[in-house]
Amino acid sequence: MAGETAKVDPMHQFTIEPLFGTETLDIAGYNIAFTNSALWMLITAVVLWVFMLGGMKQQLVPGRWQMMVETFTGFIDDMLEANIGKEGRKYVPYIFSLFMFILFANLLGLMPLGVVGLHPFTFTSHFTVTGVLAIMSFAIVLVVGFWKHGLHFFSLFVPSGTPLIMAIFIAPIEFISFMFRPFSLGLRLFVAMMAGHVLLEVLSSFVIDGGNAGLVWAGVVSLPSFALMVAICALEILVSGIQAYVFALLSSLYINDAEHLH
Amino acid sequence: MDLEAAKMVGAGLAAIGAGMAALGVGNVFGSFLESALRNPGAADGQQGRLFIGFAAAELLGLLAFVVAMIILFV
Repeated sequence: MAGETAKVDPMHQFTIEPLFGTETLDIAGYNIAFTNSALWMLITAVVLWVFMLGGMKQQLVPGRWQMMVETFTGFIDDMLEANIGKEGRKYVPYIFSLFMFILFANLLGLMPLGVVGLHPFTFTSHFTVTGVLAIMSFAIVLVVGFWKHGLHFFSLFVPSGTPLIMAIFIAPIEFISFMFRPFSLGLRLFVAMMAGHVLLEVLSSFVIDGGNAGLVWAGVVSLPSFALMVAICALEILVSGIQAYVFALLSSLYINDAEHLH
Repeated sequence: MDLEAAKMVGAGLAAIGAGMAALGVGNVFGSFLESALRNPGAADGQQGRLFIGFAAAELLGLLAFVVAMIILFV
């Protein structure tokens, strides 16, 4: 360790702070104060609502805004059509909401609003949030699977045409991989977002500390770090999109398993 | 070596996993591009599978990150 401890704590940005209701709001002994996480979920929902409302005019010749919204809906529609088939249409509302909510949350969390005094909070960098989203997808898989196929749903664990001897080994492995799905789904999103934000925070601490250390260090450390930070910001925007897409894609694949077995 | 130092070394070793995942992710996209350039017509239809492979390879790197974080902070 260096002589002095680091001044910047990269994990501080993930602290959940109650905004109001710390004393009064209780359910069954548990405090449900309105936190910054809840605030940013609300902001995401409102922004998403405004975005959708502006695009749902249903004009015959779409304007730019409507075009933008319809690109997203068409994108999700195509994805479900390709992965699930005709039955996939009825999952468009769910997968679309999931995709847009995660995408907007990731992007809003990246907004450089700290200058104004508003601190963007990426709630998708918390396992409690992404875990619940993943459990929702998993619950839909289970409900659809058992509803459609009954106990025959368990044949998911034995791929068709497996010899009996192999099935004894494959079934437990398939079962474990099936049960790990919600975990991996939530974990992927939360870790990808958290890692990106930690990286940005560490780089920004390089910029600030280099600038404080004098002109030479500002040139040697701060400038390259700042250039890298800009590039990483661009990468983070890409990651936001990819992670939202992967979450929606994997959800639709899991639903496909429930619809068609395999 | 005391526990604190061993933890730091362990977290550093866990970072190897992130590098390995980088190889995996690069391999996924590299192989995709290689074959997509051979047959551009079929490339668009395989984009979903590309991202499934990417997600699977990336998850293991992220797990390495989680392991490092658990070693350091938990």
